[in-house]
Amino acid sequence: MARSKRAQGTSGSTRADVILHVIAAVIAVLGLADATYLAVQFLTGEAVVCGGSAECSKVLGSGYARIGPVPIAAFGVLAYFAAFTCAVFAAFDYARMRRLFAIVVWAMFAVTLWLLFVQAVLLHAFCRYCLLSAALVFVLAAIVVLRPPAR
Amino acid sequence: MKRYLPFVIVAVVGLITATAATMLYRAKRVPTATLELSPAEKTPNKWLHVRGKADAPVTLEEYGDFQCPPCGALSEPLNKLEEEYRGRLRLIFHHLPLKNHQHARAAALAAEAAAMQSKFWEMHDILYREQAVWSKAGDVSELFNSYAGIIGLDLARFKKDSAGGEAAVRVDADSRRAETMKITTTPTIFINNQLVPASSLNPAALHSEIDEALQKRETK
Repeated sequence: MARSKRAQGTSGSTRADVILHVIAAVIAVLGLADATYLAVQFLTGEAVVCGGSAECSKVLGSGYARIGPVPIAAFGVLAYFAAFTCAVFAAFDYARMRRLFAIVVWAMFAVTLWLLFVQAVLLHAFCRYCLLSAALVFVLAAIVVLRPPAR
Repeated sequence: MKRYLPFVIVAVVGLITATAATMLYRAKRVPTATLELSPAEKTPNKWLHVRGKADAPVTLEEYGDFQCPPCGALSEPLNKLEEEYRGRLRLIFHHLPLKNHQHARAAALAAEAAAMQSKFWEMHDILYREQAVWSKAGDVSELFNSYAGIIGLDLARFKKDSAGGEAAVRVDADSRRAETMKITTTPTIFINNQLVPASSLNPAALHSEIDEALQKRETK
């Protein structure tokens, strides 16, 4: 049994590990929905309305909301999908995926801090969808801190 | 079976995301504006904003103000009518920014600046869609810049054109034309050069008016 787990790169996770990674997968799906919505809004050219607030348009129409012609939200879709994939595999006891999950989440965390800085300091406007995404990334980071990948 | 389960879960979520994104994209996509001018229109009035086929039997001409709520309410129904009567109806938009609307002229200038980059209708649609938001704003320039960014305009050029003289000349030309025709309210709509009464400025009545205009054309 131990040999077969090593062969799969598994580590014999505890029940708590599995539960936390399932929670992480659910959170990543929420983030995936949020980022997909924003990316589609960008592609259709439709301004995002956050309950009548002008701030969403200001943030999402700014130059910081894209890299070249590609919206930041599209990178968010890829990042959340990567986080989701890693979390699912980690929940199924793939040890390497736990490490990869941590790397993806810390990268998302770094980008999230930059985007919060942009909204607070450079644009003086906040987009609620971006804040939701930031909150989700913080929860994912908390999960990584609670259960760091085994060295 | 358990060995394949994570692959299945990831594939299913990926598939659902791709399907949902495609459906959302199709539902929200604004029909692409087609700018087809007749040769006569190209020469004397190159600034005309036309959506639809040049030889469409019915022409719906609107004098509108981007800050006027009834114009905003009619915008989407008009887009739907153009879609529904594809090939048989063309829309023409003229500016008539009313003086009692604080940001109407700035919005018209923004639309003209977008027109200089061939994106008049995209800006027209976004201005009407977001009317409730920018109408209440103190300074609209940042919002209009963000809309320009959303529809993919060259921002530096847009800012320059919005403030430039040519956009103002175009808007003023439309306003003068309206004045000559003694048009003072918005929206004012003509179908095949016939004024549509104010009581018919709703989607259902416009539908009937267009049908009637089509029938007249067919019987001629």
